[in-house]
Amino acid sequence: MTKQIHLAAHFPGVNNTTVWSDPQAGSHIEFDSFVHLAQTAERAKFDFFFLAEGLRLREQGGKIYDLDVVGRPDTFTVLAALAAVTTRLGLAGTINSTFNEPYEVARQFASLDHLSDGRAAWNVVTSWDAFTGENFRRGGFLAQEDRYTRAESFLRTAWKLFDTGVGPFEHRDQHFDIGGTFGVPRSPQGRPVILQAGDSEEGREFAAATADAIFSRHGTLEAGQKFYRDVKGRLAKYGRTPDQLKVLPAATFVLGDTDADAQERAAVVRRQQVSGATAIRFLEQVWNRDLSGYDPNGPLPDVEPVTGENTIAQGRASVRMFKDPAQTVREWRERAAAKNLSIRDLVIDVSARQTFIGSADSVATQIDDLVQQDAADGFILVPHVTPGGLDEFADTVVPLLQERGVFRSEYSGPTLRDHLGIR
Amino acid sequence: MGTRLHLAAALHATGEEAFTARRWAELVREAELGTLDFVTFGDSLGGRPGLDAVLTAARVAPLTTHVGLVPTAVVTHTEPFHLSKAIATLDHVGRGRAGVELTVAPDAADARHFGRRTVGPEPELWEEARDYAEVLRRLWDSWEDDAEIRDEATGRFVDREKLHYIDFEGRWFKVRGPSITPRPPQGHPLIAATEPLGDVVFSDDASASDRLVFRDVDATTSADQLIAWHEQGFAGFRLHGDLRRITRELVPELRERGVFRTEYEHTTLRGHLGLARPANQFA
Repeated sequence: MTKQIHLAAHFPGVNNTTVWSDPQAGSHIEFDSFVHLAQTAERAKFDFFFLAEGLRLREQGGKIYDLDVVGRPDTFTVLAALAAVTTRLGLAGTINSTFNEPYEVARQFASLDHLSDGRAAWNVVTSWDAFTGENFRRGGFLAQEDRYTRAESFLRTAWKLFDTGVGPFEHRDQHFDIGGTFGVPRSPQGRPVILQAGDSEEGREFAAATADAIFSRHGTLEAGQKFYRDVKGRLAKYGRTPDQLKVLPAATFVLGDTDADAQERAAVVRRQQVSGATAIRFLEQVWNRDLSGYDPNGPLPDVEPVTGENTIAQGRASVRMFKDPAQTVREWRERAAAKNLSIRDLVIDVSARQTFIGSADSVATQIDDLVQQDAADGFILVPHVTPGGLDEFADTVVPLLQERGVFRSEYSGPTLRDHLGIR
Repeated sequence: MGTRLHLAAALHATGEEAFTARRWAELVREAELGTLDFVTFGDSLGGRPGLDAVLTAARVAPLTTHVGLVPTAVVTHTEPFHLSKAIATLDHVGRGRAGVELTVAPDAADARHFGRRTVGPEPELWEEARDYAEVLRRLWDSWEDDAEIRDEATGRFVDREKLHYIDFEGRWFKVRGPSITPRPPQGHPLIAATEPLGDVVFSDDASASDRLVFRDVDATTSADQLIAWHEQGFAGFRLHGDLRRITRELVPELRERGVFRTEYEHTTLRGHLGLARPANQFA
């Protein structure tokens, strides 16, 4: 049976995927930019708009990281405002379960679901670091190993409140002992759609137990299929069926009139994404030491990485991807030597390849193939230019997917649960 | 002709309509037709049926262009870091029309909804609110207006010398900063409360503050009475009750008497109230 594809639009983030130096790049904070991307996504019949969040500005070497976009809006506020300028598009926001309390977050999501007529989604994230905690009353109170137990308790507490609507509630577990009266009636979706992004063993299990969709990094055929089988295989023990958890990898894209044209454009974008300064900072995250004296157009640093706890970068989850920095450095040195790469070339080579590159027709084919071959149920598309970076995709790729009969031409119902085909 | 007075309306919705965006949009548009300075959205964390006020204000912001939007927020059980960025974002969304009314939650029942703290006596909660307002202002100032530079030559998006740690340490909380949200259009969105800790104080005593004192009154109060109180020193009034009585009867009469605007002359809430855009304390 042909699967229907799900698509979401990720507002460009505070990392080097986002090219702020592009002549077309607009504001990351003015509301018009959010309206532009959301209305483009709705015009293209996307499932939802997605907003990430980070609760402390990133630092590297003890200073605020200044090479990427800095600055974000408040998640709930901007999603509630977007509900006024869209009518069908799902509105997904990232809200941290460590630095919030269930009573307040449940009121906020229930309110958003009412104010959007059933379009709210919650990307539940956890953090534990004392660095982020410095912005909050409780500070860094949570042990790393407790973050998923608190997240699950938090979510189950919020569910109890959503299900209560207006009336009395009591909830007691390891993390929360609360009770009283909830004051927001059952919302159109009952509960907001739950998204989860964790890739660890615990994160996957949490998603299998609780989430309606999981956001992953595994956008290629082989890695995607492996991840897809893994998380779908975990559902049965929670009494859930495979269609109840949608697998939606993040994906970047570069389009062109022809595949060759797209490849050329993609190479230009990769150089925009990785400036010489960005390349040095990227290596510092792996070497875990100051490399500012090195020339990005010269060979890789001859010094060895500092092993142990990564201390150079704060507020950046991606540093944990390098589990064995010494091994990574060895591999990169071999790669640079074999291909005669400078620091900047190497970073472009290892970090910046886009998920989909090609003409509209070949990108539509790539997306459809990955979904039909069970590497994904769809994709969360991350444009690299704000706010117009989705326009071309909406105008050229989406109609081809619609012609193939694998993507909706009209919304079939009013709520995000309707779009995702979940209850 | 006397000096101009200011008018705000406390919006109320009841029944099932109170949970629809449509009803709140009607109310705010009506207030804007009446060229009111601002509307307030009541809220509590005590379980009284109602939607979150900040989200409700945000939902109607794109549907209006001039009227100020002042949701209530409870200090006692919330994070100043979250509220700071929420109100800053409301100000970005509304292009300079945001404010917030800070309240406290002395009831033990409200505290049970959070299970985090026992609450002290109300005067102590207002002391905490004073610190909270201070943290809001510092976080709004933690980005200088020109912090975003997009300097291609050096590859820098921001000038980090123009982003500031606020390092607030008080009796109730510590907040490091900077905010994750750039400085809002008004610099400081309006802070209001029934205690003198911001730009507007709601009080029956015209000498309660050297800031703008608004008196809470019923919408049926006569124009004569409002003008008399205004002459005694009240900068303005927050009216409770039938909104159309305010916009269709009271406002026309006050306009005729030359004490209320006939059209908006500014686009920001601070502008309506004659308040300057504050300088940045860190610049």
